Amino acid sequence: MKKYKYQLIALFGSALMFTGCGNQNGESSSNSALASNNAEKVYVAPGEQDEFYAFMSGGYSGNLTVYGLPSGRMFKEIPVFSQFATSGYGYSEETKPMLNTSFGFVPWDDSHHPDISQSKGELDGRWIFINGNNTPRIARISLTTFETEEIIEIPNSAGNHSSSFITENTEYVVAGTRFSVPVPQRDMPINEYKANFKGALSFISVDPEHGHMDIKFQLMMPGFNYDLSHPGRDKSHGWFFFTTYNTEEANSLLEVNASQNDKDFIAAVNWKVIEEYVNNGGGELMPANYAHNVYDESTHTATSTMKKEVLTVDPLKVPGAVYFLPTPKSPHGCDVDPTGQYIIGNGKLSADLTVHSFDRMIEAIEGKKFDGEAYGIPILKFEDVLAGTVKSGGLGPLHTEFDGKGNAYTTFFISSEVVKWKLGTWEVIDRKPTFYSVGHLMIPGGNSRKPFGKYVVAMNKITKDRYLPTGPELEHSAQLYDITGDKMELIYDFPTHGEPHYAAGIPAELLAPKSKKIYRLDENKHPYAVTSPDGAKVVREGNEVHIYMSMIRSHFTPDNIEGVKVGDKVYFHITNHEQDFDVPHGFAMIGQNTSELLIMPGQTKSSVWEPKKPGVWPFYCTDFCSALHQEMQGYVRVSPADSNIELSWSLGD
Amino acid sequence: MKKASIFMIIGPLLLIGLYFFPLWNIILGAPQYPEPLGMNIHIDGIRDMNEFDLKNIDGLNHYIGMRTLPKPEDMWEFSTFPIVIGGMVALGVLIGLLGYFGKLSYKWFAGWFILMSILGVLGMYDFNAWMVDYGTNLDPHAIMKLANPDGTPMTYKPPLLGHAKMLNFDVTSLPETGAWLMFLGMMLTLLAFYLGWKNRNSTTQ
Repeated sequence: MKKYKYQLIALFGSALMFTGCGNQNGESSSNSALASNNAEKVYVAPGEQDEFYAFMSGGYSGNLTVYGLPSGRMFKEIPVFSQFATSGYGYSEETKPMLNTSFGFVPWDDSHHPDISQSKGELDGRWIFINGNNTPRIARISLTTFETEEIIEIPNSAGNHSSSFITENTEYVVAGTRFSVPVPQRDMPINEYKANFKGALSFISVDPEHGHMDIKFQLMMPGFNYDLSHPGRDKSHGWFFFTTYNTEEANSLLEVNASQNDKDFIAAVNWKVIEEYVNNGGGELMPANYAHNVYDESTHTATSTMKKEVLTVDPLKVPGAVYFLPTPKSPHGCDVDPTGQYIIGNGKLSADLTVHSFDRMIEAIEGKKFDGEAYGIPILKFEDVLAGTVKSGGLGPLHTEFDGKGNAYTTFFISSEVVKWKLGTWEVIDRKPTFYSVGHLMIPGGNSRKPFGKYVVAMNKITKDRYLPTGPELEHSAQLYDITGDKMELIYDFPTHGEPHYAAGIPAELLAPKSKKIYRLDENKHPYAVTSPDGAKVVREGNEVHIYMSMIRSHFTPDNIEGVKVGDKVYFHITNHEQDFDVPHGFAMIGQNTSELLIMPGQTKSSVWEPKKPGVWPFYCTDFCSALHQEMQGYVRVSPADSNIELSWSLGD
Repeated sequence: MKKASIFMIIGPLLLIGLYFFPLWNIILGAPQYPEPLGMNIHIDGIRDMNEFDLKNIDGLNHYIGMRTLPKPEDMWEFSTFPIVIGGMVALGVLIGLLGYFGKLSYKWFAGWFILMSILGVLGMYDFNAWMVDYGTNLDPHAIMKLANPDGTPMTYKPPLLGHAKMLNFDVTSLPETGAWLMFLGMMLTLLAFYLGWKNRNSTTQ
C-alpha cells in the first residue's frame, strides 16, 4: 500500500512536471554551494580539453555533431546525409556522388542513431555509423578524418529506424525497416497491407580493414514495424534483438489501430545461423537498385555505383533463426546490458519496464515452449522469458543505457525523467527530472561491454524556458548528469543542433591521438591535383574550362585568367598546398550557383561555375588564413561567347 | 701512453655521430604554437624537427621578407663539412694509433685538439655569419616592414646560443646530440693529452 502511495505521488509529481511551465521547481532544492561544485565539474578551463567526445545525431539536419563532455562545447558538424555549405559537402564535384540514391540526388535526410565501431564488444574508435531514416541509408564516418567515407542505400526498406547498431566485433551494422512495404515495390491497394507487406532487416557486413560495407543479406520478416534494435553482447553475441509495434498490421490511424494488442514483440534474430545458411549458398538473389557511394581519401573523391541485386532470406527457411518475445505495450527502446543477459523492452505506453532474460530465452527455445506462431515464426511464452519487471511509476519508458556497475538508466518521455534502477533486483534507486520530454540518453560506451559510467546525457525534445528565447523555434537541449554517486546529479545543460536522437560517446584519449592533422600533399592522388605551383594551368575541352589551381598563404596560382567565354562550364580544381594543422583555405566565385569550397591542407576540391555575363569577375578565399587573407583573391575575365581571346593565365606579372 | 692513445682513438670516433645526429637545433615557439616549430641543423643540411616544420617556418618568414631556408645544394658548407669532419676523424684516429705504437709524441694529441678547436670556432663564425645574413638581408618588397623603437629596420637573426624573443616567437638555439658528441670527443682528446703529459717520463720517451 505504501509503495502504491509513492507511485501515486510520483505520478502526480510527474504530471505536474509535464504540464508545468516553470523551470524553477526542479532546481529550487540546489543551493549555491552545490551549484558551484557542479560548475567545477563541467568547467573545462581555456587550454584544457574535454574528457569525452560525444557524437550526437543531427536528426532532421541529416548530419552528425561533435561535442565535448563535460563542457557541452560543440566542436564540429560532420556533414553526412545533407549538403553542407560550410565545407561544400554535397556541392563540390567530389562529394556530390555521396548523396546519390536510386531516387536520384537526395541532399538531405533525417539522421538518427550513431554507433561507434567495436572490437570484442569495446569501443575501438575506428568509425562511427549513422542511419538516414527517410531515404534508407547507412553512412560510415572515419574517426581519424571525421569525414563521411561511405554511404550505402538500403533497398526494400522504408523508415530506416532500427539502425545503425553494430555487433560486437563490427561484423555487421543493421538497417531495420520501421515501415513495412510491398517487396518488391508495386502498385497495390493500401488496405491489402496485411500479409502482403514485408519488413526487411538488412545485415550489412563491414570489412574489418577498410570498413567497406556490403549488404550481406536481408531477412524478410512479417509486415510489422521494426522500431529499434540492439545486438547481443558477450554471452548473447550472435543474436540481434528488434522491437516491433503494429503487430496488428494496421494501415490507417495507427495511433489507435496499432495500439490494440496488449503485447507486441521483440524479434530475436540469430544472425550467426543465418550467416552460416547464406555462406552455404542459402537465400535468394533478388533484383534491386540501390546506390553504394564510397569516398576515397587519396583521390579526395567519391564514386557512386548502382547495385543491382540483393540477397534475401526467408526466415522460415532457416529453422532456429528467429523467435518472437512478447513484450507489453508497443515497446520502443530495445537495449541489452553489458553482460548480454538482459534484454530490455520498454513499452512506450506503459509505466513499467519489461526485462527479458537471455538464458531463459535459450531454455525456452531448447524446451520448445512456444505460445503459437506468427507467420510461421515461433512465439515464446512471455512468462518463460521474463527476467523481471521494473515497477517504476514513470510514464512512457523509452531507452536504457548502462553504467557497467550493475545499474541501468531509463528515460521516461511522458513524465520527463531519467530513472536509475538496479539490474537483477529491479529496484528503482533514483530518479531525476529532465527539461523536457527526454528521448534517448547516452553514457559513453553505454551500449558496449565496457561502459564509461561517469556521465549520462539526456537528449530532450522540448527546450522552452531553459535558455533565452529565440522566437518560436528553439534548438533542442541536452542535460548532463554526474552518475558517479548513488544519486544522479544534474550538473549542466546545453543546446544541441537539429534533433539529436541517439548519441555515442567515447573517451577523448581513444580518438584524439589518431585524429588526422593534414592530408599529405605527396599522397594526393586527385586526378586534377597540382602538387607544385609550376603545375598550375588552364585547359579548354570544348566548352569546358578546367582550371588547375593551387593555394597557399596568401595567394592563388594563377590569380589572373583570361579567355573564358559566356556559356563555358568552368571547373575550378583547387589544391591547398599548406601542410600545417588547421590551415584550410576557402574559395568562392561570384555568381557561382553551388556553394563555396573549404579545402583542407593537402586536399583538392572542385567546383563548377557557369559565367553568364561578360566582365571581369573576382574570386577570393573565404576562410581567414593569414594577415594577408584579404589579399587572397584573383580575377577571371569573361568574354562574349563568340570572342576569340586565347586562354591565358598568370601570377605576379 | 697506451691508455692515453686509446682515448685519442675513441675521441675523434665520437665525431662520427655528426653524420647521424643534428649539430644544432633552433626552436620557434609561441602561445599560438603549442607544438613549436623547429629545425635541426646537420652537417649536411637543415632538416625538419617535425615533418613540414621547414615549410611552415618559410611560410611564416615570407611575411617579413626572409629567404627560404637553404637546401643542402644551396650552401657549400653542407658539402664541405662532412669532408672536413671525416678528415679530422681519420687524422685523429691515425694520431692515436701512431701514439699507441709509440711513433708519436702525446703533444700531437694537443695539436689535433687545437686544430679541431680552430675549425670549430671557424664553423661557429660561419654559422653566425649565415644567420646574420639570413636574418638581416631581407626582401625589400617584404609584406611587413617592422622597425625597432629607434627607427632602424628590425632584423631577425636567431641567437647563436640561447634564447631570444623575436616578435611573438620565443626562439631557442642550442647544441644538439651531434654537437655534444663532438664536445665529448674533443674532451677525450684533451684527456688523452693530459694522460700523455702525466706519464711523459714513464713511457718510451
